[in-house]
Amino acid sequence: MTGGMPGPSPHDRMHPKGRRNKQGIRIDPEAEVTHEPRQAVLSALVKHKPGVLSEVSALFSRRQFNIESLTVGPTVDDDTARMTILIEEPEPGIDQAKKQLRKLVPVIEVTELDPTAVRRELALIKVGGEKPDDVNAVAEMYDGQAVDASTDSVTVEITGSKQKIDAAVEAFKQFDVQEVVRTGAAALERGPKTLEKHD
Amino acid sequence: MSEHAKVPADEEASEEESDESEQAPVTTGAQSVVRALENAGAEYIFGVQGGAIMPVYDALYDSDLNHVTMAHEQGASHAADAYGIVTGKPGVCFATSGPGATNLVTGIADANMDSDPMIALTGQVPTEFVGNDAFQETDTVGITQPVTKESYFAADSDTVGDNVGEAFALADAGRQGPTLVDLPKDITQGETDVEPSEPTTPDTYEVQEEADDAAVQEAAEALAAADRPVILSGGGVIKADASSALREFAMEYEIPVITTMPGIGSFPEDHELSLEWAGMHGTGYANMAISNTDCLLAIGTRFDDRLTGGVDSFAPDAEVIHVDIDPAEISKNIYADYPLIGDARKVLRQLFDAMPRVPDVDEWREQCQTWKDEYPMTYDTPDDEPLKPQYVVEKFSDMTPDDTIVCTGVGQHQMWASQFWEYTEPRTWVSSHGLGTMGYGVPAAIGAKLAAPDQEVVCFDGDGSFLMTVQGLSVAVREQLDITYVVLNNEAVGMVRQWQDGFYEGRRMASEYPWIPQFDKLAEAFGARGFRLEAQEDVEETIEAAREYDGPSVIDAHIDPGENVFPMVPSGGDNGRFALQEDHLEEL
Ligand SMILES: Cc1ncc(C[n+]2csc(CCOP(=O)(O)OP(=O)(O)O)c2C)c(N)n1
Repeated sequence: MTGGMPGPSPHDRMHPKGRRNKQGIRIDPEAEVTHEPRQAVLSALVKHKPGVLSEVSALFSRRQFNIESLTVGPTVDDDTARMTILIEEPEPGIDQAKKQLRKLVPVIEVTELDPTAVRRELALIKVGGEKPDDVNAVAEMYDGQAVDASTDSVTVEITGSKQKIDAAVEAFKQFDVQEVVRTGAAALERGPKTLEKHD
Repeated sequence: MSEHAKVPADEEASEEESDESEQAPVTTGAQSVVRALENAGAEYIFGVQGGAIMPVYDALYDSDLNHVTMAHEQGASHAADAYGIVTGKPGVCFATSGPGATNLVTGIADANMDSDPMIALTGQVPTEFVGNDAFQETDTVGITQPVTKESYFAADSDTVGDNVGEAFALADAGRQGPTLVDLPKDITQGETDVEPSEPTTPDTYEVQEEADDAAVQEAAEALAAADRPVILSGGGVIKADASSALREFAMEYEIPVITTMPGIGSFPEDHELSLEWAGMHGTGYANMAISNTDCLLAIGTRFDDRLTGGVDSFAPDAEVIHVDIDPAEISKNIYADYPLIGDARKVLRQLFDAMPRVPDVDEWREQCQTWKDEYPMTYDTPDDEPLKPQYVVEKFSDMTPDDTIVCTGVGQHQMWASQFWEYTEPRTWVSSHGLGTMGYGVPAAIGAKLAAPDQEVVCFDGDGSFLMTVQGLSVAVREQLDITYVVLNNEAVGMVRQWQDGFYEGRRMASEYPWIPQFDKLAEAFGARGFRLEAQEDVEETIEAAREYDGPSVIDAHIDPGENVFPMVPSGGDNGRFALQEDHLEEL
């Protein structure tokens, strides 16, 4: 085999002491930096036009962001829609997700909501209709209500945090859960702060 | 010949005044599309006809825009991409719906990875058929969305021109890239009298041109205080027309300059501050410098893994100042201690003014020089036989003017063309980096030549890459483009074979091509000039003959099939631990 080049071999070379971690951050020998995943709630105002949802969701899958839920709906302005996106990522991943979202042309504004933001999810839970009173009692425990009943089934509506809904679904398991549908979180900042272009 | 417009001679002089610049009002969506391209300053269109795009072609009949019919849509998108690299303005390509559009995709994805300005216009089945799996229907917007800055679906004849104008402006704005407009046939055929407005970017698209002054000041202090500073100049420097600003900065502050591969040409490789380019097959000295620097001023680079190797070992001692127009590039792969968001040219000017002093780095420059002496970019020439590819590249480089444009395919030949040609000017290196697309060379040279008819254009190709788009030769012949194609023929997909020999115990599965055609004869069959080159002593004469021929020529250069590309940093490896020869790979 030809094609060699002159010069000292790999082990005879000067070599730096430093190191970076997998996130490309220079490691401080004293305090090694690593970022554990955390949950973030991103809220995005987008142009209300066909294809936006697929553009946003494709971005998340293409870049392998770990997405928990994504909800979308209209706003008071006919031309804009609002998305709430829950992701779980290490800090640099969350930062990237925000920047990449902002880059999409139909995206007007993106912000990460405060952990204290109002977060609500809706679930409809269909259970067996044998014990309607017991079902009602459990629904009340979770501030929910029966929204449909037949001889064979009762459908209950619950609104609240993800944890509350998880707990409710768990509690309803005693009644033979037939179907569950959940919306994923919708969220808004507490107080007067709103998400508008240019903040 | 390019299909120049055959303008009908019925210029009815208007009663009041005959204003030459006044154009006939648009009457269809298709005319509005063409008008929008004219307004945006388009010059060439590379494309292939078809049913769904036919109304737009029909409107082109009356326009001054030059259309170049390509032999394959992949060639249309690569030619447009190369046109964009060389001119700095979006290249334009057309394709029909379905297979036409899908054939464009490789070139669009290529442009996207390299941030090359390009606009693709695709025909689509009429709106009423969309979604019905109609003949030649594909979801072009859906397919291309992940590989464009934005893909538009035109829904109205009155606004289709504005869609095109916006897509054009967007392709050129901020971080450049490809855009696409999908044009349903009924929309382009539809009547409209709405003239497209001037091309403008969408209102949600904002670009920050200048970096924050305080941040610039901090970065400048850090750079001035560094002991071992290095500038890393990426493709963004060329895109921002910042090459001269970079030269001024580096020379004033006497800081060594490394380029990325797409940044080749942003700094003259014959200057003493140049360490040429770093990365997997970059120079030993560039890789040593990048491994040992304590302050890296990185401009217009996205820290691709072919550059960085493993991120844990990349510039491990360095504080990083990262200049980029795209905020999403900041700390994506390599954490930026000093992020400076803005246009490379403007930020370099800001930095220039903010530098408190010339850093005191004589020792460091000497160290870099030592590395240059220790790891020279040479190759083995035991005898004159067999022919060495590096020699062909080097000789060609010596024989041509500085502004000669070099295009390539993808593989070993691409690496030799980047290592052994001496680049001194921006926009003279036209290659497929991020996507690494074999077959890029033949059509790219066509786009490059039309973009710069007064500059010499040479394309170094591999036999494998050349075969992928060889049909493009017919276009070069028809247009009588003076391009010299050099096929560095090793009867193999050589780069794959190199990896098999290095990392797969020499198990050469599907990498050898002993059935390769005779490219000189193939060239003649297309109507080009063909040369066969085997001996080192014939190199100069053959190159001269090919250069002298006024039209496309192909040199089929039969090179040493055992020749491999070095230096080499194994994938994900440490840039400071490059192999200089085969057996170093085992040590790594
Ligand atoms: C379209 C495409 N297919 C496959 C590859 C994988 N690949 C990378 S380099 C290479 C070999 C290229 O061979 P050739 O064009 O003959 O050039 P050489 O390496 O021999 O100079 C291959 C197959 C690619 N980059 N692009």
